[in-house]
Amino acid sequence: MNLLAIETATEACSVALIHGDEVIARSELAPRRHAERVLPMADELLAEAGLGRHALDVIAVGRGPGAFTGVRLAVSLAQGMALALDLPVVTVSSLAALALEAPDDGEADSAILAVIDARMGEIYAASYRRDGEGGLIALDSERVCTAESLLLPEAGSWQVVGSGWATYEAVLGERLGRAPGFADGARYPQAVHVAELAAREFRAGHALPPEQALPVYLRDKVALTLVEQGKA
Amino acid sequence: MQRAAKYTVTDQRFSKPQPEAAARLPVAGKPVLGIESSCDETGVAILRWEPDAPGRGLLAHALYSQVKLHADYGGVVPELASRDHVRKLLPLVREALAEAGLTPADLGGVAYTAGPGLVGALLVGAAAGRALAWALGVPAIGVHHMEGHLLAPLLEEDPPKPPFVALLVSGGHSLLVQVKAIGEYTILGDTLDDAAGEAFDKTAKLMGLPYPGGPALARLAEQGRPGTFRFSRPMTDRPGLDFSFSGLKTQVLLAWQHSDQGEQTRADIARAFEEAIVDTLVIKCRRALEAAGAQRLVIAGGVGANRRLRANLAAAGERDGFRTYFPRLAFCTDNGAMIALAGAIRLASGQHQGEAVEVRPRWNLEDLPAA
Repeated sequence: MNLLAIETATEACSVALIHGDEVIARSELAPRRHAERVLPMADELLAEAGLGRHALDVIAVGRGPGAFTGVRLAVSLAQGMALALDLPVVTVSSLAALALEAPDDGEADSAILAVIDARMGEIYAASYRRDGEGGLIALDSERVCTAESLLLPEAGSWQVVGSGWATYEAVLGERLGRAPGFADGARYPQAVHVAELAAREFRAGHALPPEQALPVYLRDKVALTLVEQGKA
Repeated sequence: MQRAAKYTVTDQRFSKPQPEAAARLPVAGKPVLGIESSCDETGVAILRWEPDAPGRGLLAHALYSQVKLHADYGGVVPELASRDHVRKLLPLVREALAEAGLTPADLGGVAYTAGPGLVGALLVGAAAGRALAWALGVPAIGVHHMEGHLLAPLLEEDPPKPPFVALLVSGGHSLLVQVKAIGEYTILGDTLDDAAGEAFDKTAKLMGLPYPGGPALARLAEQGRPGTFRFSRPMTDRPGLDFSFSGLKTQVLLAWQHSDQGEQTRADIARAFEEAIVDTLVIKCRRALEAAGAQRLVIAGGVGANRRLRANLAAAGERDGFRTYFPRLAFCTDNGAMIALAGAIRLASGQHQGEAVEVRPRWNLEDLPAA
């Protein structure tokens, strides 16, 4: 199986390629340069693997949540590629991809909090547990909320990854109730993890036609209607 | 019924790797996909470049307007526009391909609006279009939205040949452009404040018409009695080709506030307002033609659909000896056909983009290279 994955929902711009049993990837912290870098990175990976674009079987994409523009960039690129090559798309949560940045501590009751700074005083967050086979089990649903109002499931220990930790370490620390076993606020969703999660989904038959591969923003109230503004 | 989400993928379908050099080849008579997503319309078209009769090469066009989505908000909400483009673009591409009886692999190039416009909205069309071209190994080109508009009349029978003067009037622009050749543009006049279409919308709003009120105002004007109200023709009493429409709005507001605000009065004011705008545009067009020494006038942009404007410019042309060229109504407003056309012309001359997805929310028409 040859799978190309794109992830640009946050500050990191990354592309990964699974070909056979190998995974290769490019990733840069490239704020504002995502749009420029994705296709050249994809070219580099295909060249390295000695594959033509037509050898791809599936496109995978980090469908958010994250920066609206970044999420749309990845999804639009994936849609365009998949339509052109008549391929299906697998969409992966950018929070799930982020969660796989936590190192595997081998503990069965350990949970991972993936948390992205959503700006405007809020976070995108979701909790996961490793399934022991390289995948994740969601412990709650991903959401946008304030750090103060974050409700967490029970867990023996916590690992925390993502920019939300960098911004809200003190508040999130209180929500966890104890010091996390691992915490890194400088981790971002990476295409390599999008690829890993997508490969499992693809094998399980969970792929979409490209027009159904759509962003997940979580923050859906972005403007007030005239009625809400009291002008109608 | 939901489409089956499961795919069976076989490796045998694509045995030959795509030669990378193909991306460097010109379009060579193959159809070009055009994508427009700069504001609140998603437009897609497919056009095979036929230099002598570009309209004959138009194989398909599809459009989705977001007007209803934004009406509740009283104007275009950029983030919602971007979100809607992502949802609508691919279904429209599929629709256009089906209408043309083509598959993506039949395309020889991809053109998309790269600017000017809303950055998030532009990015959707540019990313999908650029990636499509990348995957197909065909060249891509970012098109200037206003060049698309001013070349749109080329899609009609008996298309105008440069040199000509173009009046581009829409919700976002009021421009008089001298077109010496395709790609060689000089801006003769621009608006100092509101665009013509914006003036229509704002005036409609202050007389209580719902967004976007411009077209409704123009319809209302048909019922208005001429001569009941009179507004000035801004900046026609001095030389120069620039426009200013914001003062006219204030005049309307005062007239409206001091009126009985009845239905007939509203129509009468709409009539007088429309006449003031149209007269002003006609006067400036005549001056622009004179200044440029041109005999052909091209009208484009959403306000180019205005009936009084069309009639009065055609009449002025007969009187003064210039010819007027209007695109069909569907190609006055934003559409993918004009982007496919402008893109096909540039691709045919060998121009194309690199692999970066580039958009230019602000982009001066005069900065374009010759085609």
